[in-house]
Amino acid sequence: MSQAIVNTVRQFLEEYIRVEKFENDENIFAKKYVNSLFAMQLILFIEKSFGIKVENEDLDIDNFSSVNAITDFVSSKSTV
Amino acid sequence: MKNKQLLESLSAYSKEVLIPQAGEYDACQAVPQSVVAELAKMGVFGANVDTEYGGQALNAFEIGKVSELLGYASGSLLSLFTVHSMMTFALQRWGSDWQKDRWLTPLAAGNLIGAFAVSEPEVGSDVNGLLTEFTLEDDCIVVNGSKQWISFAQTADVFFVAGKLNGAPATLVVERDTPGLEITPISNMYGFRAGMLGKLTFNHCKVPKAHMLGQNPLILAQIVGSVLDHGRFTIAWGALGLSNACVDASIHYTKTRYQFGEPLYQHQLIQQMLTNMLVATRSSRLMCMDAASARDESDADMIIKTAAAKYCSAENALKTANDAAQIHGANGLSDQFPVERYLRDAKVFGIIEGSVQMLQMMIASQGNQWISH
Ligand SMILES: Cc1cc2nc3c(=O)[nH]c(=O)nc-3n(C[C@H](O)[C@H](O)[C@H](O)COP(=O)(O)OP(=O)(O)OC[C@H]3O[C@@H](n4cnc5c(N)ncnc54)[C@H](O)[C@@H]3O)c2cc1C
Repeated sequence: MSQAIVNTVRQFLEEYIRVEKFENDENIFAKKYVNSLFAMQLILFIEKSFGIKVENEDLDIDNFSSVNAITDFVSSKSTV
Repeated sequence: MKNKQLLESLSAYSKEVLIPQAGEYDACQAVPQSVVAELAKMGVFGANVDTEYGGQALNAFEIGKVSELLGYASGSLLSLFTVHSMMTFALQRWGSDWQKDRWLTPLAAGNLIGAFAVSEPEVGSDVNGLLTEFTLEDDCIVVNGSKQWISFAQTADVFFVAGKLNGAPATLVVERDTPGLEITPISNMYGFRAGMLGKLTFNHCKVPKAHMLGQNPLILAQIVGSVLDHGRFTIAWGALGLSNACVDASIHYTKTRYQFGEPLYQHQLIQQMLTNMLVATRSSRLMCMDAASARDESDADMIIKTAAAKYCSAENALKTANDAAQIHGANGLSDQFPVERYLRDAKVFGIIEGSVQMLQMMIASQGNQWISH
């Protein structure tokens, strides 16, 4: 798992999430740290920062639920 | 170059035809087919579509300008462009290759007209509660339910429809001639009277599975959310156009109408209204430009900047139209002047694509992160 991706994603989330601390494997949607509007912004951020396109079939909440999930998703998209 | 030509042609056509005739469209509650054909010829219906599908691939500022020109002429024309481009946006962003071939290319050419069907008789702001049901049956999706207040339902060929499949949000495309789809016109709206609204009733309406645009919990946020975000952007610019029309009408009127031996504009309380109108219109423009530049950069904050621009522009359009009607006195409330139509149309901006209250909640919850500095 690329630490660079983790750092970029965390930096973006930290700006947004209003809790003092959150773990890389914490489900940010289930814990209600973020709402569905944020999901739109997150996807725009991912597309722009990592130069990938999130497709219809990628719209699975599991791909975006935590720092680790987002990192895995970005890594998998970057290698295809 | 091609884009500049589209904007120039639309601007000229608007001055010659749309602005002078908009009152008639409003009175007859219809946009003539000849206008739709002319807009299609100019490329307006493919404004936001990639050239690969025959569109114009305009950038956000140019899409804003198209919306502003249409909004200046008529709220109803703006709504035609808005709902059609929401459909093309949805297909381009989220559609399959098959869907793009089938609908996006003819939509971009204006050979088909698209509409956006989310609201229901019982569901407006709270889109999580949609009651329209999609059920899987062999290779088809069966649609049951109804959609209310659908702009251009009276003439549209294809509908973007949101509902629920197995309890999860889903979106699909329904063609007008699908058996089981009944379309009932809605007339006599207060504003956007030429918006050709209708109610769609789906009675065991079967569409092929290939018409699905997606299904899972993120669909509402992503597909419906991104389509609404596109609509908010065009409405923001269109409301700016309406504010500008109010300013222009009022400046002209205050120079030609005399009371107490002087043109109205010499009176200081009239100047106060003109000042408020000018400053409000300028602030709408700056907010719209801010949203456009975020969109052209694909910045994550484009969503909230667009919501803020739409909120600002809609509120300013209503205030500006209210002042314009005041400045025109009794004339402003008669059908001999366009300002009474501006006032009615301006009221609609506060209801559609996220009502004033919905946007206030969105901006209050996120504005701090995204737009306070
Ligand atoms: C001219 C026109 C054209 C339209 N075209 C389309 C179209 O093409 N496609 C489509 O799908 N829909 C369309 N609509 C419908 C439009 O999207 C809805 O009217 C809008 O979403 C608001 O829903 P509603 O009218 O059911 O109001 P409701 O959701 O019932 O709300 C009523 C009022 O309560 C406020 N409110 C609701 N919830 C809250 C809350 N939690 N806190 C504070 N205030 C709240 C709202 O802001 C509103 O002022 C159109 C409407 C009009 C007037």
